[in-house]
Amino acid sequence: MKGNRSICFNIILVLSTMLVLTACGSDSETPSGSNPTSASYRVTLTNITHSQPLSPMAVVLHGDTYSAWEVGTSASPALEVLAEDGSPVDLIQAADTVPQVLATGTGTGLLLPGTTESVDLIVSTADRVNLTVVTMLVNTNDAFGGLNGQSLDQLAVGQSAIFMAPAYDAGTEANSESAATIPGPAAGGEGFNVVRDDMDFVRIHPGVISDQDGLTGSALSGDHRWDNPVFKLVVTRTS
Amino acid sequence: MKTKLLYAGLFALIVTALGFNPAAAADFSVTITNSTHGVYFTPLLITAHADTIHLFELGQPASTEIQAMAEGGDITGLATAVGGADDDTVDNPAAGLLGPGASVTASLNTDTTGNPVLSLVAMILPTNDGFVGLDSLVIPQTPGTYTYLLNAYDAGTEANDEQLVGGAGGVPGTPGMPADPGGLAGSSGTGVTASEENSTVHIHRGTLGDTDPTGGASDLDSTVHRWLNPVAKLVIDVQ
Repeated sequence: MKGNRSICFNIILVLSTMLVLTACGSDSETPSGSNPTSASYRVTLTNITHSQPLSPMAVVLHGDTYSAWEVGTSASPALEVLAEDGSPVDLIQAADTVPQVLATGTGTGLLLPGTTESVDLIVSTADRVNLTVVTMLVNTNDAFGGLNGQSLDQLAVGQSAIFMAPAYDAGTEANSESAATIPGPAAGGEGFNVVRDDMDFVRIHPGVISDQDGLTGSALSGDHRWDNPVFKLVVTRTS
Repeated sequence: MKTKLLYAGLFALIVTALGFNPAAAADFSVTITNSTHGVYFTPLLITAHADTIHLFELGQPASTEIQAMAEGGDITGLATAVGGADDDTVDNPAAGLLGPGASVTASLNTDTTGNPVLSLVAMILPTNDGFVGLDSLVIPQTPGTYTYLLNAYDAGTEANDEQLVGGAGGVPGTPGMPADPGGLAGSSGTGVTASEENSTVHIHRGTLGDTDPTGGASDLDSTVHRWLNPVAKLVIDVQ
């Protein structure tokens, strides 16, 4: 229909594709080098949404087997609380009971769009250290921004790395966008509710629709829409 | 001037590609997860191939084989173009549709072929000509687990009218969407648009949908069929 350019010669895009993928992907190659007895990391998060305040971030440094969520599977009760209510307490308490978890930390309060906060953590090894960061987009039913198990093994002392994170849908609460069900400042409604009235699996969030785009009963406006990524992390190994 | 730059870039890329990929032999598995809220992937084609060819390229018109895949989910033309199913080409690993949150794993081996790059395509249903894609990722050689996030593309071969018309909609060149596996689409939409403004392969702008199941412009439901990128997670595990 539009010409028959089946399988054509062009190597230029091979590498450009790879660079894009590298930039938005991650790898966790087997680490090499020494095995220091401790390491410190500064995790600096910037809210890069238009108008979605972020709940206090939950930060977890962990080994290879801990996972705060997995796309396609049911959210843990602790993640459900964070994604619906914005409280990191349950997720951190649950993580602290896992032997694989090396250190945990939290932000201090709502992080407004365009603002930045840092959390410092110390671990007793620099071998097989992975980073997970979770924060709720509070003007939603159950959306959270997340970085899931990013390896920090390649980070030498004094080096920094930048990671961008998408928004996930916890799948634990229907995305009604109604004032009664959204806890953020746009609505002031209910946070956590134990009832799971949505397809119960974590996925990439489809975005909010808003009353301006035809969703009757939505407490949200076009200002509350976003596209990915929703937060930027700068991770610095400080020692 | 432009031509000179192009060739200079080409040379640099070839050298870089060789540097990344000295052996081009790998035994690996590929796990793909549909990370969308409510759309399906039709049969997947996952193939390692020479870095001189592409299944599709951004900014280039889709081949007739890509058009058949993107409008109707038919991967037979593409499979034939890459030599059919073999050690490093997997055709329809999920034995049908891959639904929201679902995963499938396939094994590939390039030891005998030496093919250095990996591509993947599948139609996104329900759409007019949307597909999930990966174009020529350099296959990692070092044993380990590598994670990539994939985007949704628009083949640029059909207007995104978002009208559900049944099986005929899957025939290349016939307007309309062939099916909604989830059964949540509406009917009698008047059509979102009758034209395709970009006839090259591009990042899909997403579906519009509406909240009127028996009218409005679209047969899609804005609370069900929208997505934001990434639409899939790809994990490559190199043995």
